[in-house]
Amino acid sequence: MCIINKSLSLSILALFLVVTSFTQTVIPNNNKCLKCHGNDYYKFYNRVIDKEVHHRMNPYFIINKTLYKKGVHKSFQCTDCHATEYEIYPHKAELKLEAKNTCLDCHGSDETFAKFHFEEIEVEVKKSIHGKLMGEDFNCERCHKQHYYELNARNKTDINKIVDYSNHMCLNCHNYTENKFYLLSDSTASIDEKSHSWLPNRELHFKKVRCLECHAQQNDSLKVPHRILGKEKAVKLCVKCHSDNSLLMSSLYKHDIKENRNKFGFFNGVLLKNSFVIGANRNFYLNSISISIFSLVLLIIFIHAFIRIILKK
Amino acid sequence: MSTKIYLYPLLIRIWHLINALAIIFLIITGISLQYSDPLYPFMRFDLAVAIHNICGILLAFNYIIFIVGNIITGNSKHYIFRIKGYISKLMKQSYYYSIGIFKGEAPPFPINESNKFNPLQQFSYVVIMYLVLPILIISGFGLLFPEIVINQLQKTSGIFITDMLHIIGGFIVSIFLFVHIYFCTIGKKPFKNFKSIITGWHEDNH
Repeated sequence: MCIINKSLSLSILALFLVVTSFTQTVIPNNNKCLKCHGNDYYKFYNRVIDKEVHHRMNPYFIINKTLYKKGVHKSFQCTDCHATEYEIYPHKAELKLEAKNTCLDCHGSDETFAKFHFEEIEVEVKKSIHGKLMGEDFNCERCHKQHYYELNARNKTDINKIVDYSNHMCLNCHNYTENKFYLLSDSTASIDEKSHSWLPNRELHFKKVRCLECHAQQNDSLKVPHRILGKEKAVKLCVKCHSDNSLLMSSLYKHDIKENRNKFGFFNGVLLKNSFVIGANRNFYLNSISISIFSLVLLIIFIHAFIRIILKK
Repeated sequence: MSTKIYLYPLLIRIWHLINALAIIFLIITGISLQYSDPLYPFMRFDLAVAIHNICGILLAFNYIIFIVGNIITGNSKHYIFRIKGYISKLMKQSYYYSIGIFKGEAPPFPINESNKFNPLQQFSYVVIMYLVLPILIISGFGLLFPEIVINQLQKTSGIFITDMLHIIGGFIVSIFLFVHIYFCTIGKKPFKNFKSIITGWHEDNH
């Protein structure tokens, strides 16, 4: 009887541990917040009018629970970054006036995150066209959605996904069809059907390379360049990428530059994973074979012509 | 004694001229693109792309004219040969070009209205016009409109395969061009054949 009780107790404990290990990712406090901020509508009891009311949630304050749980900050409680007073509803109006925590508040000067070079990123952003024009207003949040942030260039192997993710960040503002740029500026720095018209195979370039390849100052210590340049400083020389010493190797393909550099004799072989870049993907063996065949043909022609001239045929 | 035959009608000469110019520009711009280098710029990259695209489209249209024209006029007979005994014909012609010509022998397959090309010419023209050029045009079309090219084929980029076919095809055509031009100098007068393709009259004085 005692043995049965003991094994039952252990089973219950084991079950408890399993259940708690699963529920660890679902943070109760977040559930409390997400009850309202995870939906398009929220309801609360309005004591003034003495009844329960439904309100539409401000779209900027809605958190996509699925994306949040995929992001790198999924284990965070809302109050890790937001003030603890937000746990009380209705939220105090003055809370909105409080300074929000920034990425650097956690990530700056911390050895754990040293490999990400957050401080250098901050310097680069300040030097970028965004930083120069918008100053402190241009923070990480403008491009990176901290609630859903996933490691991208560092983790993903599919270049197309890296390109898509990165360009989506730029086009979130600089897109003609859903232009939000006018919210920030009177300028017209948005992509429309006329812009980049000088670029051969425009759509293919948009699909295969990031805006950053031409519009950012590359930085050797950063995986992704953050010093976005003004359009007048953008790379417009095709051969910067379409050549043996392709710029793509120090930008988009920087993450696996060490592998596949000369795969099957191809210069910049890693580019072949995703595409074929004319001028950058020459092949050592094909070059050698073609030059040899060409030289042989010219030699035969020369010898034949020489004999004809000598024999006057 | 020399005999004159009207071998190349005006339309064929115009077609040949367009083909020749398009191919020369395509080879020059193609080499410039393939071996582009910021330190030794031969031609501006975007300019080379534009010229290459225009000439490629021109060549494709000219190719359609070639196919349609051959069907309508019956000129396609010059590109049809019987496989039986053809190798020995090729050998005879090869012998003539490599040895016979130096001995002063007469060409084994003299040019006339029904045999416009000797077997070697015929074979090389068939390979170029009916095999290499279609590959070049189709792959070029794929590179001009990359969205129509399949993304991956057996874990290899579709664009990569298309580009390799295009580059290899272009290389074969450029080799053909050199050999073709050289062979046109063969004859008693080196410029006789060049004159023929301008005037249309072939002078047989072997």
